[in-house]
Amino acid sequence: MHTSIPNKKYSGGDEVLRFLLNRLGQSAILLLIVTIITFFLINLAPGGPASTMRMDASPEERQAMVEKLGLDQPIHIRYIDWITNALKGDLGVSFTSSEPVVQRIAERLPYTIELTVFTIILSITIGILFGVISAIKRGKAQDHVINFFSVLGLSVPAFWLGLMLILLFSINLGWLPSSGVGARGADFNFWGWISHLIMPVLILTTTVLPNIVRFTRSSMLEVISQNYIRTARAKGAKESIVLYVHALRNALIPVVTIIGVLIPRLLSGAVITEAIFGWTGIGTLILEAARGRDYPLVMGVTVVITVVVVLCNLIVDLIYSRIDPRVKNV
Amino acid sequence: MEVSTNQDYGSKTMTKAKQSKDTIFTRLKQNKIAYFSLWFLIFLHLIVFLGPIFWTVNPEELQEVGSLAGWSLQHPFGTDDLSRDVFARMLHGGRVTLLVGLAAMLFALLIGTLVGACAGYFGKFVESVLMRITEAMMAIPNFFFVLVALTVLGTSPVMVVIVIALCGWMEIARVVYGETLKWKEYEFVEAANASGARSIRILTKYIIPQIIPSIIVSGTLTIAAAILTESAISYLGLGIQPPTPTWGNMLQNSQQYIWTAPVLGILPGAAITIVVLAYNFLGDGLRDALDPKYVKK
Repeated sequence: MHTSIPNKKYSGGDEVLRFLLNRLGQSAILLLIVTIITFFLINLAPGGPASTMRMDASPEERQAMVEKLGLDQPIHIRYIDWITNALKGDLGVSFTSSEPVVQRIAERLPYTIELTVFTIILSITIGILFGVISAIKRGKAQDHVINFFSVLGLSVPAFWLGLMLILLFSINLGWLPSSGVGARGADFNFWGWISHLIMPVLILTTTVLPNIVRFTRSSMLEVISQNYIRTARAKGAKESIVLYVHALRNALIPVVTIIGVLIPRLLSGAVITEAIFGWTGIGTLILEAARGRDYPLVMGVTVVITVVVVLCNLIVDLIYSRIDPRVKNV
Repeated sequence: MEVSTNQDYGSKTMTKAKQSKDTIFTRLKQNKIAYFSLWFLIFLHLIVFLGPIFWTVNPEELQEVGSLAGWSLQHPFGTDDLSRDVFARMLHGGRVTLLVGLAAMLFALLIGTLVGACAGYFGKFVESVLMRITEAMMAIPNFFFVLVALTVLGTSPVMVVIVIALCGWMEIARVVYGETLKWKEYEFVEAANASGARSIRILTKYIIPQIIPSIIVSGTLTIAAAILTESAISYLGLGIQPPTPTWGNMLQNSQQYIWTAPVLGILPGAAITIVVLAYNFLGDGLRDALDPKYVKK
């Protein structure tokens, strides 16, 4: 490492463990708050579960429903019931399909993970490349062009861009399927799988790519202005070695953190992307749940998504604390 | 926290003096794309808000030419799937979309400034609670909560504005927080403190006025984000409901007609893109123009 910031010597597992416990505690509190807010929002709102019972339900049916859902209990008791079950891994039963919520989520989650993993790989590679070019060519034409497209990427509504891609590639050219996830299981074929992935991954990539480009650019510019880079140049190192060996290595460390920041955005973007392309992931599941007023499912998806995000952030923090010796007592 | 010395207080006041309205404007003028965006936005807002005075076709009224008609003199952009005039809907939809963006921005600015300024000024317990909440809000995928909230709370324009703002104030809070930390160390704030001014007075009279340039930059970028969020939730059918047009909900049905009438899908989307693009360029340009490290080209 070329940084010269004085720090305590790395003292082994103890600190990492403390750091991890600290973060775990914070994450648990975050999860608790998210479940409380969502639960109370859903249950206290005028359009809550009590109003989902059909107008034509007889008083007996209504009463049966109220008892089945435990709606005769005060709300805090219901929340405690819900959270104790949730901790045991039981998120209740979906209103609309009568299947366990956990099962419905488990069916959908792999598709969203597939979509986001491909997006992360694609956007990180292109993002770092363009970010570095933009920083090295600061103020030149390349920098301006990349900046223009970054702002454009931030400004285009994802669903509209998706619509335009469908118009071009599915309707005019007929190259790519306009929706679905492709055949899975026995009928699985490689091209079918890839062709269904291309447009959704492209759309989701545009929603996060500009951030990675901008972040890499500013990180790289900051590193280039450091003294050790000047020293390397003064020693007569070749410009390419200075940039790609000395500067890039250090500039990429903070870029790891942006992955943590981007995961919530990716999942938000996935809702829209999945809606355009009929991708049966967790994003379309929350839409179905919201439209069908399937409250146990809404609760379940919200909680699972928050857990996923919290876990990802934890992993990113851990990686970061290992690769950058300056980060210790966070 | 470093305490500023006399010397850099002096230099700060100098930059402050240099940053008079005139200079910011001339700086912005040098950034061609931001300057053009400013005029474009003014022009576009005039068209959208004054246009309906001259183009008096009712956006919710069915036209005689029938549905999905092509362009003509009576209907410059043709008619939509329910044979309503697309041009009138674009104008009225633009009003709603831009107003929602503006209102959500103002509300988000209010929350963000309040949270950021209190956290930065009071420090200690207030700071850690408020900033933890801000970080937590940034760490969760807001869009899920927007959908859930709109499902249970309803989709009136006011509710849409509130929900978008509640999910979009965090970036502003962070900017204001950082700036408050910086400004509260200056002598004129300490002097006010020493003379016994109340906290609220110090915040509103001495600190927040210094932060206004940063708030304007954040606000410009927040409008852009708010317009995008509004259009996304409208596209999903959970935003402002038809027949009231917005650029977002005009796109909602267009996917079905993308084969027969692609213009229905292209037009509102292009309008959203251009407006958001202009706001983003303007925000970036303003940030550069207000940057103390600004170098004259």
